[in-house]
Amino acid sequence: MHPRQNEKSRIRSYDYEVQEFSFPAKKSLIYISLITAILISLMPFDKVILVLRPDFVALTLLYWNIYQPQQAGMSIAFISGLFMDVIDVSIMGQHAIAYCLITFFALILHRRLRLFNAFQQIPAVLWILLSGQGVVFLTGILAGTYIPEWYIFLASITGALCWPLLAFLLGVFRKQRIDRDEV
Amino acid sequence: MQTPPQFFKPGSNPLTRMFFFVLLSVFVMIADTRSDAISEVRRVIAIIIFPLQKLAYLPFSLQERVERYISDFELIEEIDHLRHEYLGSRYDFFRLQALTSENERLRALLGAAKQTEIQTVLAEILYVPRDPFSRKITVGKGSSSGVKAGQIVIDDLGVIGQVTQIYPWTAEITLITDKNHLVPVQIERNSLRTVISGTGRNGELELRFLSISTDIREGDLLITSGIGGVYPPGLPVGRVTHIEYDRSHKFARIICTPVAGVDRHRQVLILTGSPAPVPEIPDNPESHASQTKRKIQNQEL
Repeated sequence: MHPRQNEKSRIRSYDYEVQEFSFPAKKSLIYISLITAILISLMPFDKVILVLRPDFVALTLLYWNIYQPQQAGMSIAFISGLFMDVIDVSIMGQHAIAYCLITFFALILHRRLRLFNAFQQIPAVLWILLSGQGVVFLTGILAGTYIPEWYIFLASITGALCWPLLAFLLGVFRKQRIDRDEV
Repeated sequence: MQTPPQFFKPGSNPLTRMFFFVLLSVFVMIADTRSDAISEVRRVIAIIIFPLQKLAYLPFSLQERVERYISDFELIEEIDHLRHEYLGSRYDFFRLQALTSENERLRALLGAAKQTEIQTVLAEILYVPRDPFSRKITVGKGSSSGVKAGQIVIDDLGVIGQVTQIYPWTAEITLITDKNHLVPVQIERNSLRTVISGTGRNGELELRFLSISTDIREGDLLITSGIGGVYPPGLPVGRVTHIEYDRSHKFARIICTPVAGVDRHRQVLILTGSPAPVPEIPDNPESHASQTKRKIQNQEL
Protein backbone atom coordinates (compact mmCIF):
# COMPACT_ATOMS: atom_id res chain seq x y z
CA MET A 1 0.00 0.00 0.00
CA HIS A 2 1.22 3.40 -0.85
CA PRO A 3 2.14 5.41 2.24
CA ARG A 4 0.24 8.45 1.09
CA GLN A 5 -3.05 6.57 0.82
CA ASN A 6 -2.65 5.54 4.40
CA GLU A 7 -2.15 9.12 5.39
CA LYS A 8 -5.23 10.20 3.52
CA SER A 9 -7.53 7.84 5.35
CA ARG A 10 -6.25 9.18 8.62
CA ILE A 11 -6.89 12.78 7.61
CA ARG A 12 -10.39 12.04 6.47
CA SER A 13 -11.55 11.14 9.93
CA TYR A 14 -11.08 14.70 11.18
CA ASP A 15 -13.91 17.04 10.47
CA TYR A 16 -11.68 20.03 10.00
CA GLU A 17 -9.41 18.23 7.63
CA VAL A 18 -12.42 17.31 5.52
CA GLN A 19 -13.02 21.03 5.07
CA GLU A 20 -9.45 21.59 4.12
CA PHE A 21 -9.08 18.81 1.56
CA SER A 22 -12.72 18.68 0.61
CA PHE A 23 -13.97 16.29 -1.99
CA PRO A 24 -14.71 18.01 -5.22
CA ALA A 25 -18.31 18.88 -5.90
CA LYS A 26 -19.82 17.31 -8.95
CA LYS A 27 -19.29 19.06 -12.24
CA SER A 28 -23.05 19.42 -12.67
CA LEU A 29 -23.09 21.87 -9.75
CA ILE A 30 -20.56 24.04 -11.57
CA TYR A 31 -22.64 23.96 -14.74
CA ILE A 32 -25.88 24.71 -12.91
CA SER A 33 -24.32 27.69 -11.11
CA LEU A 34 -22.88 29.01 -14.39
CA ILE A 35 -26.24 28.70 -16.17
CA THR A 36 -27.90 30.53 -13.27
CA ALA A 37 -25.30 33.29 -13.56
CA ILE A 38 -25.97 33.57 -17.30
CA LEU A 39 -29.71 33.74 -16.54
CA ILE A 40 -29.15 36.64 -14.17
CA SER A 41 -27.11 38.51 -16.74
CA LEU A 42 -29.83 37.89 -19.35
CA MET A 43 -32.51 39.69 -17.33
CA PRO A 44 -33.65 42.93 -18.93
CA PHE A 45 -33.05 45.78 -16.50
CA ASP A 46 -33.19 49.53 -16.46
CA LYS A 47 -30.26 51.88 -16.70
CA VAL A 48 -28.90 52.18 -13.16
CA ILE A 49 -29.14 48.47 -12.43
CA LEU A 50 -27.66 47.81 -15.86
CA VAL A 51 -24.58 49.82 -14.96
CA LEU A 52 -24.26 48.43 -11.45
CA ARG A 53 -25.07 44.81 -12.26
CA PRO A 54 -22.01 42.72 -11.49
CA ASP A 55 -20.80 40.12 -13.93
CA PHE A 56 -22.02 37.03 -12.10
CA VAL A 57 -20.52 34.69 -14.66
CA ALA A 58 -17.05 36.07 -13.90
CA LEU A 59 -17.69 35.81 -10.15
CA THR A 60 -18.91 32.22 -10.42
CA LEU A 61 -15.90 31.25 -12.53
CA LEU A 62 -13.66 32.94 -10.00
CA TYR A 63 -15.25 31.04 -7.12
CA TRP A 64 -14.93 27.62 -8.72
CA ASN A 65 -11.39 28.25 -9.87
CA ILE A 66 -10.36 29.28 -6.36
CA TYR A 67 -12.08 26.46 -4.50
CA GLN A 68 -12.07 23.71 -7.11
CA PRO A 69 -9.43 24.37 -9.72
CA GLN A 70 -9.41 20.75 -10.89
CA GLN A 71 -13.12 20.69 -11.63
CA ALA A 72 -13.44 24.10 -13.25
CA GLY A 73 -10.76 25.29 -15.62
CA MET A 74 -9.93 27.40 -18.55
CA SER A 75 -11.95 25.58 -21.20
CA ILE A 76 -15.16 26.19 -19.23
CA ALA A 77 -14.13 29.85 -18.85
CA PHE A 78 -13.47 30.10 -22.59
CA ILE A 79 -16.81 28.57 -23.56
CA SER A 80 -18.83 30.68 -21.14
CA GLY A 81 -16.92 33.69 -22.47
CA LEU A 82 -18.12 32.87 -25.99
CA PHE A 83 -21.68 32.60 -24.65
CA MET A 84 -21.41 36.00 -22.99
CA ASP A 85 -20.10 37.43 -26.27
CA VAL A 86 -23.22 36.30 -28.07
CA ILE A 87 -25.43 37.59 -25.25
CA ASP A 88 -23.66 40.94 -25.09
CA VAL A 89 -23.46 41.26 -28.87
CA SER A 90 -19.76 41.99 -28.59
CA ILE A 91 -16.97 40.63 -30.76
CA MET A 92 -16.58 36.87 -30.38
CA GLY A 93 -13.67 36.27 -28.03
CA GLN A 94 -13.81 39.55 -26.12
CA HIS A 95 -15.29 38.05 -22.96
CA ALA A 96 -13.50 34.77 -23.59
CA ILE A 97 -10.13 36.53 -23.21
CA ALA A 98 -11.27 38.31 -20.05
CA TYR A 99 -12.58 35.10 -18.46
CA CYS A 100 -9.40 33.23 -19.34
CA LEU A 101 -7.40 35.97 -17.64
CA ILE A 102 -9.63 35.85 -14.56
CA THR A 103 -9.25 32.07 -14.45
CA PHE A 104 -5.50 32.41 -14.77
CA PHE A 105 -5.33 34.77 -11.79
CA ALA A 106 -7.59 32.50 -9.79
CA LEU A 107 -5.43 29.48 -10.61
CA ILE A 108 -2.16 31.06 -9.59
CA LEU A 109 -3.62 32.71 -6.47
CA HIS A 110 -6.04 30.06 -5.27
CA ARG A 111 -3.82 28.59 -2.54
CA ARG A 112 -3.13 32.02 -1.11
CA LEU A 113 -6.72 33.25 -1.40
CA ARG A 114 -8.11 30.21 0.38
CA LEU A 115 -6.27 31.29 3.53
CA PHE A 116 -8.58 34.30 3.87
CA ASN A 117 -12.28 34.48 4.53
CA ALA A 118 -14.67 35.91 1.96
CA PHE A 119 -14.51 39.47 3.30
CA GLN A 120 -10.72 39.53 3.27
CA GLN A 121 -10.80 38.25 -0.31
CA ILE A 122 -12.71 41.34 -1.53
CA PRO A 123 -9.66 43.47 -2.53
CA ALA A 124 -8.10 40.63 -4.51
CA VAL A 125 -11.41 39.86 -6.21
CA LEU A 126 -11.77 43.54 -7.07
CA TRP A 127 -8.39 43.66 -8.80
CA ILE A 128 -9.04 40.45 -10.71
CA LEU A 129 -12.45 41.68 -11.89
CA LEU A 130 -11.01 45.07 -12.86
CA SER A 131 -8.29 43.42 -14.92
CA GLY A 132 -10.90 41.31 -16.67
CA GLN A 133 -13.04 44.34 -17.46
CA GLY A 134 -9.94 46.23 -18.55
CA VAL A 135 -9.27 43.58 -21.17
CA VAL A 136 -12.82 43.83 -22.52
CA PHE A 137 -12.47 47.62 -22.52
CA LEU A 138 -9.12 47.55 -24.36
CA THR A 139 -10.17 45.03 -26.99
CA GLY A 140 -13.36 47.01 -27.57
CA ILE A 141 -11.39 50.19 -28.11
CA LEU A 142 -8.83 48.48 -30.35
CA ALA A 143 -11.60 47.01 -32.49
CA GLY A 144 -13.29 50.43 -32.52
CA THR A 145 -16.72 48.98 -31.87
CA TYR A 146 -17.78 51.21 -29.02
CA ILE A 147 -16.78 54.14 -26.85
CA PRO A 148 -17.43 53.21 -23.22
CA GLU A 149 -17.25 55.62 -20.32
CA TRP A 150 -15.40 55.20 -17.08
CA TYR A 151 -18.39 54.19 -15.01
CA ILE A 152 -18.67 50.75 -16.60
CA PHE A 153 -15.98 49.83 -14.10
CA LEU A 154 -18.51 50.36 -11.28
CA ALA A 155 -19.75 46.86 -12.17
CA SER A 156 -16.45 45.45 -10.90
CA ILE A 157 -16.81 47.26 -7.60
CA THR A 158 -20.35 46.01 -7.03
CA GLY A 159 -19.16 42.59 -8.15
CA ALA A 160 -16.44 42.58 -5.50
CA LEU A 161 -18.99 43.70 -2.89
CA CYS A 162 -21.29 40.85 -3.91
CA TRP A 163 -18.46 38.35 -3.52
CA PRO A 164 -19.06 37.35 0.17
CA LEU A 165 -22.74 36.68 -0.55
CA LEU A 166 -21.93 34.61 -3.60
CA ALA A 167 -19.15 32.75 -1.84
CA PHE A 168 -21.53 31.97 1.02
CA LEU A 169 -24.31 30.71 -1.30
CA LEU A 170 -22.06 28.58 -3.48
CA GLY A 171 -20.26 27.37 -0.35
CA VAL A 172 -23.54 26.10 1.12
CA PHE A 173 -24.26 24.08 -2.03
CA ARG A 174 -20.72 22.80 -2.26
CA LYS A 175 -20.65 21.61 1.34
CA GLN A 176 -24.05 19.94 1.05
CA ARG A 177 -22.63 17.85 -1.73
CA ILE A 178 -19.71 16.86 0.38
CA ASP A 179 -21.89 15.78 3.31
CA ARG A 180 -24.04 13.62 1.09
CA ASP A 181 -20.96 12.04 -0.39
CA GLU A 182 -19.61 11.31 3.06
CA VAL A 183 -22.78 9.43 4.07
CA MET B 1 -18.93 8.25 -7.28
CA GLN B 2 -15.95 9.29 -5.23
CA THR B 3 -12.68 10.47 -6.53
CA PRO B 4 -9.81 10.69 -4.11
CA PRO B 5 -8.75 14.24 -3.29
CA GLN B 6 -5.92 15.41 -5.46
CA PHE B 7 -3.15 17.18 -3.68
CA PHE B 8 -1.21 18.00 -6.77
CA LYS B 9 -2.88 19.36 -9.81
CA PRO B 10 -2.34 17.35 -12.98
CA GLY B 11 -2.10 18.96 -16.35
CA SER B 12 -0.05 21.74 -17.81
CA ASN B 13 0.74 24.89 -15.89
CA PRO B 14 -1.76 27.78 -15.85
CA LEU B 15 0.49 30.16 -17.76
CA THR B 16 0.80 27.97 -20.85
CA ARG B 17 -2.88 27.19 -20.72
CA MET B 18 -3.70 30.86 -20.53
CA PHE B 19 -1.48 31.65 -23.48
CA PHE B 20 -3.17 28.93 -25.49
CA PHE B 21 -6.66 30.23 -24.74
CA VAL B 22 -5.71 33.90 -25.21
CA LEU B 23 -4.25 33.05 -28.61
CA LEU B 24 -7.40 31.13 -29.43
CA SER B 25 -9.57 34.10 -28.40
CA VAL B 26 -7.49 36.52 -30.41
CA PHE B 27 -7.83 34.24 -33.41
CA VAL B 28 -11.60 34.06 -32.91
CA MET B 29 -11.77 37.85 -32.56
CA ILE B 30 -9.85 38.43 -35.77
CA ALA B 31 -11.98 35.87 -37.57
CA ASP B 32 -15.12 37.57 -36.29
CA THR B 33 -14.16 41.09 -37.28
CA ARG B 34 -12.56 40.24 -40.64
CA SER B 35 -14.80 37.51 -42.00
CA ASP B 36 -18.15 35.75 -41.61
CA ALA B 37 -16.68 32.42 -40.56
CA ILE B 38 -17.69 32.77 -36.91
CA SER B 39 -21.27 33.90 -37.52
CA GLU B 40 -22.36 30.25 -37.81
CA VAL B 41 -21.00 29.56 -34.30
CA ARG B 42 -22.76 32.70 -33.11
CA ARG B 43 -26.03 31.46 -34.59
CA VAL B 44 -25.71 28.07 -32.88
CA ILE B 45 -25.00 29.68 -29.50
CA ALA B 46 -27.92 32.06 -29.99
CA ILE B 47 -30.23 29.08 -30.55
CA ILE B 48 -28.94 27.43 -27.37
CA ILE B 49 -29.42 30.63 -25.40
CA PHE B 50 -32.93 31.34 -26.67
CA PRO B 51 -34.81 29.27 -24.01
CA LEU B 52 -32.67 30.88 -21.30
CA GLN B 53 -33.58 34.29 -22.68
CA LYS B 54 -37.28 33.41 -22.50
CA LEU B 55 -36.83 32.12 -18.96
CA ALA B 56 -35.04 35.29 -17.86
CA TYR B 57 -37.84 37.34 -19.36
CA LEU B 58 -40.55 35.29 -17.59
CA PRO B 59 -40.77 37.31 -14.34
CA PHE B 60 -41.08 40.50 -16.34
CA SER B 61 -43.84 39.15 -18.55
CA LEU B 62 -45.67 37.87 -15.45
CA GLN B 63 -45.40 41.31 -13.89
CA GLU B 64 -46.74 42.82 -17.07
CA ARG B 65 -49.67 40.41 -17.00
CA VAL B 66 -50.53 41.38 -13.42
CA GLU B 67 -50.24 45.05 -14.28
CA ARG B 68 -52.50 44.50 -17.26
CA TYR B 69 -55.12 42.93 -15.02
CA ILE B 70 -54.99 45.88 -12.63
CA SER B 71 -55.09 48.39 -15.43
CA ASP B 72 -58.33 46.92 -16.81
CA PHE B 73 -60.29 49.50 -14.86
CA GLU B 74 -58.28 52.31 -16.27
CA LEU B 75 -58.81 50.80 -19.68
CA ILE B 76 -62.58 51.26 -19.53
CA GLU B 77 -62.03 54.97 -19.03
CA GLU B 78 -59.43 55.03 -21.75
CA ILE B 79 -61.72 53.26 -24.20
CA ASP B 80 -64.32 55.97 -23.71
CA HIS B 81 -61.72 58.60 -24.32
CA LEU B 82 -60.39 56.82 -27.37
CA ARG B 83 -63.87 56.39 -28.83
CA HIS B 84 -64.28 60.13 -28.76
CA GLU B 85 -60.94 60.59 -30.36
CA TYR B 86 -61.74 57.97 -32.97
CA LEU B 87 -64.87 59.77 -34.06
CA GLY B 88 -62.91 62.97 -34.25
CA SER B 89 -60.15 61.42 -36.32
CA ARG B 90 -62.64 59.70 -38.63
CA TYR B 91 -63.00 62.92 -40.54
CA ASP B 92 -59.26 63.21 -40.95
CA PHE B 93 -59.15 59.62 -42.12
CA PHE B 94 -61.69 60.15 -44.88
CA ARG B 95 -59.84 63.19 -46.03
CA LEU B 96 -56.59 61.24 -45.99
CA GLN B 97 -58.18 58.46 -48.04
CA ALA B 98 -59.33 60.93 -50.62
CA LEU B 99 -55.91 62.53 -50.69
CA THR B 100 -54.14 59.16 -50.98
CA SER B 101 -56.23 58.12 -53.94
CA GLU B 102 -55.72 61.50 -55.51
CA ASN B 103 -52.02 61.27 -54.87
CA GLU B 104 -51.89 57.79 -56.40
CA ARG B 105 -53.62 59.02 -59.51
CA LEU B 106 -51.21 61.92 -59.83
CA ARG B 107 -48.27 59.61 -59.27
CA ALA B 108 -49.53 57.24 -61.93
CA LEU B 109 -49.77 60.17 -64.27
CA LEU B 110 -46.17 61.04 -63.53
CA GLY B 111 -45.09 57.45 -64.09
CA ALA B 112 -43.49 57.27 -60.69
CA ALA B 113 -42.86 54.07 -58.85
CA LYS B 114 -45.82 52.91 -56.82
CA GLN B 115 -45.21 53.09 -53.11
CA THR B 116 -45.35 49.59 -51.68
CA GLU B 117 -47.63 48.79 -48.77
CA ILE B 118 -45.61 48.21 -45.65
CA GLN B 119 -46.23 45.22 -43.40
CA THR B 120 -45.13 45.21 -39.81
CA VAL B 121 -44.20 42.74 -37.10
CA LEU B 122 -44.51 43.62 -33.43
CA ALA B 123 -41.51 42.42 -31.45
CA GLU B 124 -40.54 42.55 -27.81
CA ILE B 125 -37.16 43.84 -26.73
CA LEU B 126 -35.69 40.72 -25.16
CA TYR B 127 -32.31 41.93 -24.16
CA VAL B 128 -30.38 45.13 -23.89
CA PRO B 129 -26.69 44.26 -23.62
CA ARG B 130 -25.17 44.38 -20.16
CA ASP B 131 -22.82 47.02 -21.44
CA PRO B 132 -24.82 50.27 -21.53
CA PHE B 133 -22.62 51.70 -24.28
CA SER B 134 -23.28 48.98 -26.79
CA ARG B 135 -25.63 50.30 -29.40
CA LYS B 136 -27.36 47.03 -30.17
CA ILE B 137 -30.45 45.32 -28.81
CA THR B 138 -32.01 41.89 -29.25
CA VAL B 139 -35.70 41.40 -30.00
CA GLY B 140 -37.82 38.27 -29.81
CA LYS B 141 -38.76 37.90 -33.48
CA GLY B 142 -36.52 36.33 -36.09
CA SER B 143 -36.43 34.79 -39.51
CA SER B 144 -39.37 32.52 -38.56
CA SER B 145 -41.61 35.62 -38.52
CA GLY B 146 -40.34 36.96 -41.80
CA VAL B 147 -37.80 39.36 -40.38
CA LYS B 148 -34.84 39.94 -42.66
CA ALA B 149 -31.56 41.73 -42.20
CA GLY B 150 -31.71 45.35 -43.32
CA GLN B 151 -35.28 45.97 -42.26
CA ILE B 152 -36.24 49.08 -40.34
CA VAL B 153 -37.37 49.14 -36.72
CA ILE B 154 -39.58 51.90 -35.35
CA ASP B 155 -41.59 52.63 -32.22
CA ASP B 156 -44.61 54.88 -31.90
CA LEU B 157 -42.48 58.03 -32.08
CA GLY B 158 -39.90 57.36 -34.75
CA VAL B 159 -37.04 55.32 -36.11
CA ILE B 160 -35.09 53.12 -33.68
CA GLY B 161 -32.68 51.34 -35.96
CA GLN B 162 -32.11 48.58 -38.43
CA VAL B 163 -32.03 44.78 -38.21
CA THR B 164 -28.43 43.72 -38.69
CA GLN B 165 -28.22 40.08 -37.67
CA ILE B 166 -31.00 37.51 -37.64
CA TYR B 167 -31.42 34.21 -35.89
CA PRO B 168 -34.38 31.81 -36.15
CA TRP B 169 -36.27 33.34 -33.23
CA THR B 170 -34.39 36.48 -32.36
CA ALA B 171 -32.89 39.39 -34.22
CA GLU B 172 -30.19 41.91 -33.45
CA ILE B 173 -30.95 45.56 -34.04
CA THR B 174 -28.31 48.23 -34.49
CA LEU B 175 -29.62 51.50 -33.13
CA ILE B 176 -29.39 54.74 -35.09
CA THR B 177 -27.08 56.05 -32.37
CA ASP B 178 -24.41 53.52 -33.42
CA LYS B 179 -21.28 55.23 -34.61
CA ASN B 180 -21.29 53.58 -38.03
CA HIS B 181 -24.98 53.93 -38.75
CA LEU B 182 -26.22 56.44 -41.32
CA VAL B 183 -29.78 57.45 -42.11
CA PRO B 184 -30.76 59.61 -45.09
CA VAL B 185 -32.95 62.39 -43.72
CA GLN B 186 -34.45 65.71 -44.66
CA ILE B 187 -35.37 68.71 -42.59
CA GLU B 188 -39.13 68.80 -42.31
CA ARG B 189 -39.32 72.59 -42.49
CA ASN B 190 -37.53 73.15 -45.78
CA SER B 191 -36.97 69.63 -47.19
CA LEU B 192 -33.21 70.08 -47.13
CA ARG B 193 -31.74 66.61 -47.61
CA THR B 194 -28.75 65.32 -45.72
CA VAL B 195 -27.46 62.24 -43.92
CA ILE B 196 -27.54 61.81 -40.14
CA SER B 197 -25.13 59.58 -38.27
CA GLY B 198 -24.87 58.20 -34.77
CA THR B 199 -22.14 59.27 -32.38
CA GLY B 200 -21.88 56.08 -30.30
CA ARG B 201 -23.20 57.95 -27.27
CA ASN B 202 -26.63 57.47 -25.82
CA GLY B 203 -29.35 59.75 -27.16
CA GLU B 204 -27.11 61.71 -29.51
CA LEU B 205 -27.04 62.01 -33.29
CA GLU B 206 -24.90 64.22 -35.44
CA LEU B 207 -25.30 66.00 -38.77
CA ARG B 208 -21.84 66.00 -40.23
CA PHE B 209 -20.51 68.15 -43.05
CA LEU B 210 -23.25 70.77 -43.20
CA SER B 211 -21.74 74.12 -44.07
CA ILE B 212 -22.18 77.14 -41.82
CA SER B 213 -24.52 78.82 -44.26
CA THR B 214 -27.04 75.96 -44.18
CA ASP B 215 -30.55 76.93 -43.19
CA ILE B 216 -31.02 74.90 -40.05
CA ARG B 217 -32.34 75.95 -36.65
CA GLU B 218 -32.59 74.46 -33.22
CA GLY B 219 -35.82 72.51 -32.86
CA ASP B 220 -35.99 71.44 -36.50
CA LEU B 221 -37.50 67.99 -36.98
CA LEU B 222 -35.58 65.57 -39.19
CA ILE B 223 -37.56 62.92 -41.05
CA THR B 224 -36.36 60.13 -43.33
CA SER B 225 -36.15 61.25 -46.91
CA GLY B 226 -36.70 57.83 -48.46
CA ILE B 227 -33.66 58.26 -50.65
CA GLY B 228 -31.72 55.05 -51.05
CA GLY B 229 -34.84 52.94 -50.78
CA VAL B 230 -34.02 51.39 -47.41
CA TYR B 231 -35.95 53.73 -45.15
CA PRO B 232 -39.51 54.58 -46.13
CA PRO B 233 -39.96 58.36 -46.34
CA GLY B 234 -41.57 60.47 -43.64
CA LEU B 235 -40.53 58.68 -40.43
CA PRO B 236 -39.35 61.06 -37.71
CA VAL B 237 -35.71 60.47 -36.75
CA GLY B 238 -34.46 63.27 -34.55
CA ARG B 239 -34.72 66.86 -33.47
CA VAL B 240 -31.92 69.41 -33.67
CA THR B 241 -30.95 70.40 -30.16
CA HIS B 242 -27.65 72.17 -30.43
CA ILE B 243 -25.84 74.03 -33.18
CA GLU B 244 -22.30 75.24 -32.76
CA TYR B 245 -20.63 77.55 -35.26
CA ASP B 246 -16.89 77.51 -35.02
CA ARG B 247 -15.14 79.95 -37.32
CA SER B 248 -12.06 77.79 -37.57
CA HIS B 249 -14.06 74.96 -39.13
CA LYS B 250 -15.80 74.86 -42.46
CA PHE B 251 -18.72 72.89 -41.09
CA ALA B 252 -21.16 73.55 -38.31
CA ARG B 253 -21.37 71.09 -35.43
CA ILE B 254 -25.00 70.03 -35.21
CA ILE B 255 -26.19 67.72 -32.46
CA CYS B 256 -29.61 66.10 -32.55
CA THR B 257 -31.53 63.87 -30.16
CA PRO B 258 -33.42 60.86 -31.46
CA VAL B 259 -37.20 61.13 -31.29
CA ALA B 260 -37.80 57.46 -30.53
CA GLY B 261 -37.10 56.17 -27.04
CA VAL B 262 -35.54 52.74 -26.97
CA ASP B 263 -35.20 52.65 -23.21
CA ARG B 264 -38.81 53.62 -22.66
CA HIS B 265 -40.47 50.70 -24.41
CA ARG B 266 -40.70 46.95 -24.37
CA GLN B 267 -42.25 46.65 -27.83
CA VAL B 268 -40.95 47.76 -31.19
CA LEU B 269 -42.31 47.50 -34.71
CA ILE B 270 -40.28 45.91 -37.52
CA LEU B 271 -41.25 46.98 -41.03
CA THR B 272 -41.14 43.65 -42.83
CA GLY B 273 -42.50 44.67 -46.22
CA SER B 274 -39.72 44.58 -48.75
CA PRO B 275 -38.20 48.04 -49.03
CA ALA B 276 -39.46 50.02 -51.99
CA PRO B 277 -37.35 49.25 -55.06
CA VAL B 278 -35.24 52.05 -56.41
CA PRO B 279 -37.14 53.48 -59.36
CA GLU B 280 -35.37 53.04 -62.64
CA ILE B 281 -34.62 56.19 -64.53
CA PRO B 282 -35.67 55.82 -68.17
CA ASP B 283 -32.87 56.33 -70.63
CA ASN B 284 -34.63 58.38 -73.27
CA PRO B 285 -37.49 60.79 -72.71
CA GLU B 286 -39.45 59.17 -75.57
CA SER B 287 -40.16 55.97 -73.72
CA HIS B 288 -41.07 57.91 -70.60
CA ALA B 289 -43.58 59.95 -72.48
CA SER B 290 -45.15 56.90 -74.11
CA GLN B 291 -45.33 55.18 -70.74
CA THR B 292 -47.16 58.13 -69.29
CA LYS B 293 -49.49 58.22 -72.26
CA ARG B 294 -50.27 54.53 -71.79
CA LYS B 295 -51.01 55.10 -68.13
CA ILE B 296 -53.36 57.93 -68.96
CA GLN B 297 -55.14 55.69 -71.42
CA ASN B 298 -55.51 53.02 -68.79
CA GLN B 299 -57.00 55.57 -66.45
CA GLU B 300 -59.49 56.63 -69.06
CA LEU B 301 -60.50 53.03 -69.73
